[in-house]
Amino acid sequence: MGTLNILVGVCLIYVVFLFLIAFAAERAALEGKGGWLRSPLIYTLSLSIYCTAWTFYGAVGYAARSGLEYLTIYIGPSLVMIGWWWLLRKLVRIGRSQRITSIADLISSRYGKSNLLAVGVTVLAVIGTTPYIALQLQSVTVSFDVFSSSYGAELTEAAQGSNALLVAAGLTLFTIVFGTRNLDVNERHHGVVMAVAVEAIVKLFALLAVGIFVVWGLGGGVSETLARIDASEIGQWQMRGDRWATLIFLSGAAFLCLPRMFQVMVVENEAEDHLRTASWAFPAYLMIMSLFVVPIAVVGLDLMPAGSNPDFFVLTVPLATGNDALAMLSFLGGFSSATSMVIVAALALSTMVSNHIVMPIWLSTQSVGASVSGDVRHVVLLSRRISIGAVVFLGYLYFRLSGGGTALASIGLISFAGVAQFLPVLIGGIFWRGATRTGAFVGLTVGFVIWAYTLLLPSFGAGTLVSATMLAEGPMGLGWLRPQAFFGITGMDPLVHAVFWSILLNTMSFFIASLVGFPSPLERLQGAQFVNVFEHSSTPQSWAGSLAQTEDLMVMAQRIIGAREAQNLFEREAKRQGMSGLLPEPSPDFLQRLERELAGSVGAATAHAMIGQIVGGASVSVEDLMAVADETAQMMEYSSKLEAKSEEQARTARQLRQANEKLTLISEQKDSFLSQVSHELRTPMTSIRAFSEILRDSDRLSEDEKIKYSSIIHDEALRLTRLLDDLLDLSVLESGRVNLNMQSGSLKGILDHAVASALTGAGADKMRVMRNATSEDITLHTDLDRLSQVFINLIGNAQKYCDASAPNLRIDVGRSNGALVVDFIDNGRGIPKAEQAVIFEKFSRTGEQKVKGAGLGLAICREIMTRLEGAVEYLPGQGGAAFRVTLPEEVALAAQ
Amino acid sequence: MSPKHNIPFLERQSYRRRRLIDTIRMLPVIGAVLWAVPLLWRQSEHSGEVMTSDAIIYIFMVWLLLVVGGGWLARCLKRSDAEETEQGH
Repeated sequence: MGTLNILVGVCLIYVVFLFLIAFAAERAALEGKGGWLRSPLIYTLSLSIYCTAWTFYGAVGYAARSGLEYLTIYIGPSLVMIGWWWLLRKLVRIGRSQRITSIADLISSRYGKSNLLAVGVTVLAVIGTTPYIALQLQSVTVSFDVFSSSYGAELTEAAQGSNALLVAAGLTLFTIVFGTRNLDVNERHHGVVMAVAVEAIVKLFALLAVGIFVVWGLGGGVSETLARIDASEIGQWQMRGDRWATLIFLSGAAFLCLPRMFQVMVVENEAEDHLRTASWAFPAYLMIMSLFVVPIAVVGLDLMPAGSNPDFFVLTVPLATGNDALAMLSFLGGFSSATSMVIVAALALSTMVSNHIVMPIWLSTQSVGASVSGDVRHVVLLSRRISIGAVVFLGYLYFRLSGGGTALASIGLISFAGVAQFLPVLIGGIFWRGATRTGAFVGLTVGFVIWAYTLLLPSFGAGTLVSATMLAEGPMGLGWLRPQAFFGITGMDPLVHAVFWSILLNTMSFFIASLVGFPSPLERLQGAQFVNVFEHSSTPQSWAGSLAQTEDLMVMAQRIIGAREAQNLFEREAKRQGMSGLLPEPSPDFLQRLERELAGSVGAATAHAMIGQIVGGASVSVEDLMAVADETAQMMEYSSKLEAKSEEQARTARQLRQANEKLTLISEQKDSFLSQVSHELRTPMTSIRAFSEILRDSDRLSEDEKIKYSSIIHDEALRLTRLLDDLLDLSVLESGRVNLNMQSGSLKGILDHAVASALTGAGADKMRVMRNATSEDITLHTDLDRLSQVFINLIGNAQKYCDASAPNLRIDVGRSNGALVVDFIDNGRGIPKAEQAVIFEKFSRTGEQKVKGAGLGLAICREIMTRLEGAVEYLPGQGGAAFRVTLPEEVALAAQ
Repeated sequence: MSPKHNIPFLERQSYRRRRLIDTIRMLPVIGAVLWAVPLLWRQSEHSGEVMTSDAIIYIFMVWLLLVVGGGWLARCLKRSDAEETEQGH
């Protein structure tokens, strides 16, 4: 009993020592001095939680029972580590870039952040891990018993149970203290990792010590030990090839899929570089761990009485040879193996349970949403702690219920086969973009059902959960469904059978369901992110929000990641966006980053849901994006239509404005013309009235005077008549009631006549007219009188308005586009641009009124030319005033 | 595919690095093959069976080979990484 008391004392001291180490590591990390905490060595050692009590105690038992088969359990992980470039590198990169918190999180993230899948994986992981935790509790309890004097006698179950309960409570406490001290955004636990690393050294050292003692102390050296091995009952190579290959595969798969391995390998990974070191250092660790197993087993078989449990040779051999200190060390090694496994497994499982089961349920009961409810941070931590307790308690329960009778190795292998069902989904998810959520769900379900049916249920023994008849004849007499001989293939090892069929059918159904289904856009995006993680690290999803929500986000983030952390994050983001103050714009980029930070604490699916609640469903799924894109396209189309319309309107408005300007101008012209006309009419009228009064009232007028006055009256009357004639002419032309008198004649003749008429009466300032006789030699068929009237008017205008000192007029005849054109170009100043638009209007006269005229000439010309189906227009840019008369082609042709 | 995959000729250093990674990729395959050798051994019912001590020595030699090989390759990779960083790649 004395040994046992010492043992308890040593145990307590060791536990206190671990607490201190963990505290120191946490503190160092907090103060930023923990550089050494992040060394590849610590990472490698933390991986050693793969070696649980199953390794420490069980491997020897395994070797004593089945020879070298135990090596497969270490060869598989060694191959996986050596092949890190293929798989682990990618896994770690994905884990870091997506802030994965657990294997359930990874699978759910990959398949479209599906919480259903996360829940499924979590439940399966708990089912697969519980026996394993029970195994650790059992090993610690039994190892206590080994030291007690009553070992060998039947222990009371109550005593065993109370020991196990104590251990379970202690482990729960440790895990809660160091696993849930804070909610780290990276979900890293320096204290736990450090303690695990120390325990790794302790167990390696302990096993080595026992091994060295056995080989050199008891065996008498290497060669003699080897001879002893060959002479023992496991001295010959007895290996079933199928088990050898299957177990190597199984252990490799479990190494990747075990929640606790995923936790230390991916989640707690500080730098990808560490993997490079661990890739060879961890296989070396495994090699050393398994090096002395066979010698211990062989010496134990020799030394110990027949029928003693080979699982505890590591303890019993030193004890039997009187090496209590060595036995104590060995006990500490086993204790370390068991505790580190339980701690990390509980931590990993609690993260999964809390993030994927508790939090979603809690969130859904909070109808008001995450931003209004209480302290989420507190809730997360609480749910973690409860989950840790629940997981460890489940293990304890399993231990009590199963009675702790089964050989350690077989429990371990069943557990391995269970979690190995994640492998197809995991590998498919990171290498195959076509893998879908439906496929993953179907594959996992099929795999687990087959695993439970062929391995888990029969493991409790025939007649407990599975009846003996069912084992022998299949369910309801269906022989091909016998749990250990599918499709009538008998003779397979049960484990190999179960692993083969479960993994095969799991993979097949996963593959086929993936092929048949169609993934949602989010799944496809996530798939691309995972599969091509080395090529792009862009964000999988975008959010849209408004500034008003940033405050709510802040409130929520503070609750989850802590006030200071959240404020720092927000401030950093605000700075990045170039804004002052604490609140950044809720840009999709920022929301993305926030979601990832939160995902580190509560898991991707929950973080997604929480942000979704606050941003108010403004979470933009790809479907939304597509809808938005559609809308945008429609809007763009609409706006381009609008643009076209508004352009048209602008054009119309411009035209209207021009028309209005013209109308205003014309109205002004009319006003000025009316006053001009009144004036024109009044002036002759006044003289006519005055002179007629003189003629009537004065008797003493000479005959000459009478004639003179009468002529003035006559002239003025003529002027009036001419004016009225013009007006009448114009009115007739405009009303279209004019009769054209079509004749044939030579253009030259018409021009001759027009020049002569227009320049009659001109004095000294008569202008020089330049013409080209040959070009004028054209015969026309039109109303020659009217055409002549136009020419006379144009030449008359030139004579009247040309202000050059030596005025001249050039008359060019030519063809333009088949039509006959006659240009009248003088060398005066021309007509200002502003007036060019109105000179052809009625009553229009150029600015300076130095020459008298009613301003009807050009209007008449235009009307005439319109009647003759030609045109007269102003020809700008010719150096002086220039008019072009255009005659239609047929006018010239018809005459030729 | 990243654009560098399209470059037909690499600098000597990058070329070496790629081959180094090929070796790293190949190592687990070699390990698997070597550890599959015990499948070919005769079972103990027959004469000329393999003794456990020989099996232990073989399996652990393979292990040692893989560890040493893996360690050496990891070292080479680190050096090659360092060189690339120095050159500003």
